[in-house]
Amino acid sequence: MTLNTWVDLVYLLAAIGFILALKGLSSPKFARQGNILGAVAAAAAIAITFAVPSVRHAGSRLILMVVAMVIGAVIAVPAARKVKMTAMPQMVAIFNGVGGGAAALVSFTSFLILTSNDALVGKPAIYRIVEVILGVLIGCVSFSGSAIAFIKLQELITGRPITYPGQQVINAIVGLAIVGVGVATVLTASTPLLVVMLVLALVLGVIFVLPIGGADVPVLISLLNSFTGLAVAASGFALDNNLLIIAGTLVGASGILLTRMMSKAMGRSLANVLFSAFGSVVTATGGEAGADARPVKAGTPEDIGVLLAYARKVVIIPGYGLAVAQAQHTARELADLLMERGVEVFYAIHPVAGRMPGHMNVLLAEANVPYDELKEMDEANPEMPTADVALVVGANDTVNPAANDTPGSPIYGMPIIHADQAQNVVFLKRSMRPGFAGIDNELLFNPKTTLLFGDAKDTLTKLVAAVKSA
Amino acid sequence: MNVGIIELLTIFVLAAFVGLEVVSKVPSILHTPLMSGSNAIHGIILVGTMYIMGSAHGGVQVTLAFFAVLLATLNIVGGFVVTDRMLEMFKAKPSDRAAKADRPSDGDTGGAPS
Repeated sequence: MTLNTWVDLVYLLAAIGFILALKGLSSPKFARQGNILGAVAAAAAIAITFAVPSVRHAGSRLILMVVAMVIGAVIAVPAARKVKMTAMPQMVAIFNGVGGGAAALVSFTSFLILTSNDALVGKPAIYRIVEVILGVLIGCVSFSGSAIAFIKLQELITGRPITYPGQQVINAIVGLAIVGVGVATVLTASTPLLVVMLVLALVLGVIFVLPIGGADVPVLISLLNSFTGLAVAASGFALDNNLLIIAGTLVGASGILLTRMMSKAMGRSLANVLFSAFGSVVTATGGEAGADARPVKAGTPEDIGVLLAYARKVVIIPGYGLAVAQAQHTARELADLLMERGVEVFYAIHPVAGRMPGHMNVLLAEANVPYDELKEMDEANPEMPTADVALVVGANDTVNPAANDTPGSPIYGMPIIHADQAQNVVFLKRSMRPGFAGIDNELLFNPKTTLLFGDAKDTLTKLVAAVKSA
Repeated sequence: MNVGIIELLTIFVLAAFVGLEVVSKVPSILHTPLMSGSNAIHGIILVGTMYIMGSAHGGVQVTLAFFAVLLATLNIVGGFVVTDRMLEMFKAKPSDRAAKADRPSDGDTGGAPS
């Protein structure tokens, strides 16, 4: 067998590895093995690529290549190891964005290499230029879009949808410009036009993401992840590389499906997630009118401790506030204490609790909360009317009854945990500020609701003490 | 029409169907790890950046290729490591159940509030 055959064979095995990796990642039992299999497949493909003559004989460029890889690994490993579980979504956004950037650079540079080749007579074939344009366009949108998503999740800018006058007009102009420049690039094979294309694509990524509300950003990251996959596939076309096409397309296709499943878990259509920023105006005014004016019932830790200690059934509903306060361990301590007293306790997990679907399960698993104490929303809701206390820890939107009964609300239609059906509702909240979606919660003003203000970890610690002495 | 491009398109279409099929039954608790894992898989663009570096000529192309390799390495290494960290949480399942049966208030590791 020639070297080329060996390379193609290893690429084929790597592609099979990626397919099985995705399959494994879809089942709780094999998820970790799936991920490791994916890493092994990738490592094999990279190793064999070093044997390719054009790479092997690259001389000083081979050294530069290894230097870039070492720098990348030295940055990436500690970043990925040290990132707090709560900041996971941002981290995924960054790793996705740089992947999109790399794909765009591959397509762009492959075009430079192609057009600077002396052997080239006339222009490159039209399909070659189309492949390059698609790679640059999709890769750049993913890059700049992920960057904005990161900034939003890190709360460097407001998580609310950002709208500005003339937004539709600007979107239309950028869209038309991309189509126009794209056609012109195909016809002329001009490098400067391709650079204009690249810049326009970066702008498109920014204006695409800005109007998307913070609560929807995880769905957006999933979509951008799928985009990066497609950009990688486009690079694969430009390089005639089967492995890149297969891996990129796998991610692109599965990513679109995953994105749809995620938006479904929030009870929304994908189109609604992406283009619903118009609703934000209603949101803002609604928030101002409702808040502050009405009285709420604030309790002491002792009152609530007694309420919990003498309850028969307590449902803990954790949200992002629990995660930021790193209070998952204290929550477990409280749950264990109550269970020792004979109280029935379980956790009701909303599919999008935390910042991403499944995020809360990961956080609670980190605190060694046994799986059988976690109940998914559909399993938990029928039990809510028989619960004595719904203890809402740092959650807000996921228990907001407006999702059921206020058709004008931006979260209308989102499935919620019916905390309002419990006999008593206790909110542990930092302040009266609305949740991530930026909307008021009627449940806070309900007479059966008691609020305990403060950092989730502090208040939970106080509750543990209160239950002990109750 | 070039034969090569049709072959590549065939691969593309088949891979798209496999991609849709393979994740069709994922439970919602695995949405985030699956997203993160597929994020790592598209880091295989690193292979593409290696070819680009191999055929780059002149300062501009080499510089672009250098950054391409760097970004792709961040994607693939960071992606797999971060996914593994998320999935670490899922492995303790059976021992956790066992621990629960006889634990007074604390399990093996996670009890200390820190």
